Amino acid sequence: MPSERWMHGALAAAAFLSATAAVTIFIIMAALGWPILRDGHLLQVLTGPWLPLRHQYGIGAMILGTLWVAGLALGLAVPISLGCAAFIQTTGPRGLGGLLKHLVQLMTGIPTVVYGFVGIFLLVPLVRDVFGRGSGLSILAAGVMLGLLIAPTLILFFVEGLAAVPRAHRLAVSALGGTPVQQLVYVLLPQAWRAILAGLVLGFGRAVGDTMIALMIAGNSVAPPASILDPARTLTAHIALIVAADFDSPEFRTLFVCGLTLYALTSLGVVAMRRLATKHLEAP
Amino acid sequence: MKMKWTCIGAMALWLVGGAAMALAGDLDPFKGEAGAVKISGGTAHIPVMKAAADAVMRANPKIQISIAGGGSGVGIKQVGEGLVDIGNSGRKPTDEEVQKYGLVLHQWAIDGVAVVVHPQNPVKALTSAQLKEIYAGRLSHWKALGGPDKAINIYTRDEASGTREVFWEKALAKGEIGTKALFAASNGAMKTAVAQDPYAIGYVSVGHIDAGVAPVALDGVAPTLETVKAGTYKVSRGLYSSTKGAPQGLTRKFIDFIFSAQGREMIVQQGFIPVQ
Repeated sequence: MPSERWMHGALAAAAFLSATAAVTIFIIMAALGWPILRDGHLLQVLTGPWLPLRHQYGIGAMILGTLWVAGLALGLAVPISLGCAAFIQTTGPRGLGGLLKHLVQLMTGIPTVVYGFVGIFLLVPLVRDVFGRGSGLSILAAGVMLGLLIAPTLILFFVEGLAAVPRAHRLAVSALGGTPVQQLVYVLLPQAWRAILAGLVLGFGRAVGDTMIALMIAGNSVAPPASILDPARTLTAHIALIVAADFDSPEFRTLFVCGLTLYALTSLGVVAMRRLATKHLEAP
Repeated sequence: MKMKWTCIGAMALWLVGGAAMALAGDLDPFKGEAGAVKISGGTAHIPVMKAAADAVMRANPKIQISIAGGGSGVGIKQVGEGLVDIGNSGRKPTDEEVQKYGLVLHQWAIDGVAVVVHPQNPVKALTSAQLKEIYAGRLSHWKALGGPDKAINIYTRDEASGTREVFWEKALAKGEIGTKALFAASNGAMKTAVAQDPYAIGYVSVGHIDAGVAPVALDGVAPTLETVKAGTYKVSRGLYSSTKGAPQGLTRKFIDFIFSAQGREMIVQQGFIPVQ
């Protein structure tokens, strides 16, 4: 039928468009950052310090900042999200689970900048007072807030994943006399592994790519962070701060290297998690 | 029911207030005009721009004036690229920029850049040498200055900031700013940061100082309107609004309004020194 073919064509075009957009962005960034890549300064740019007054444009500290902040956010968000999803879907009472789910859905709609704003006025002074040193603008504050930001999305993904496990499997566990916790650990989690992984990938991408929270709460200092209470600058906040610099300056050109690094980080993360997925499924 | 009447009453008062402002003669050129003016750039200019835009828009609701921040660098770049009608900067655009974009400059105020600390901080006066040491990261505890036994948290501005440029050139004499400095993205953000952090030191435009932060006297001179005007407080800069080529139509009327008597009043009210 012609309309069937037309539909196929339209969907194929949509898929092609999305793939092309992703590839095009990569090509444009590589092309505009080419002068730095070509001159062989790549290692210097990736690991050196950021001292524009001495003509040193290294983004090493920013890469560290991104890894620390995103790492902390994921480390906090993933266990809590898994637990919350398990509670909503299996172990918690039905009414409470439904209420929590609606609450979480509400939280996903809150704009990032609101989290940043709340972080500045509530979390930063708290961190400063509790630890007694530093200004409160730190990796800890940014990581916690970022974890709070990505948790609702992760929770919803995990809930969907757990809910997608066929009812027959859950009934089978009950028939064997298993408790809800055993059902969760031995059947639901292994079966929902794919969805959980998809959620993780999304969470990782979001944590690495978030700008507002890192810009407002992490302090943006150019020194490489040495502890969780130190301020740090992430790649995304760096781009946001430098983007107003003159178009032709070397500072501006390092932004494209920043973009490529972010792209590479996210891609590496996705590939690594995919690897984990297949490995797990191959295990007996 | 009561809510509805309260809202209507509030709106009526607002309209009357607006009408009272509209009676001022400086707003006459805007009568019967319609259109939009886009402004962006330095964050120090925003209070004055907002006050002026409010007056104009209330006198003539058909005019839309939008004001964005971004810093002096953004203002100059955007007006040069034709993205906005007026680009504000807290530093004079360089000859290179003027030539590249064909900018026409309008300086309407002088503004001081003051060093600020938290109001509870006992340290209220510094010498230039001490300030340089603090920002370079060599003087790192308030105790050495007679303050509490805590580390100094240095705050600075982002690269596009005109306020930072002036501070670095005149207060720090182009000294280095330590790598541990925390970055605030605007005058407002800097003020919030210093107001929230008892061990902070930062710098803001004199017009932005309010009860939330305490100004610090530099080399014995306090940063006030009088000292900036007299020239005894040396850390000051002009506030510029640039247009691409000579301003036309609504843009020119808005700039003329800033230079008018009512505009000058607004400039003084916000803590700057008007300039012809």
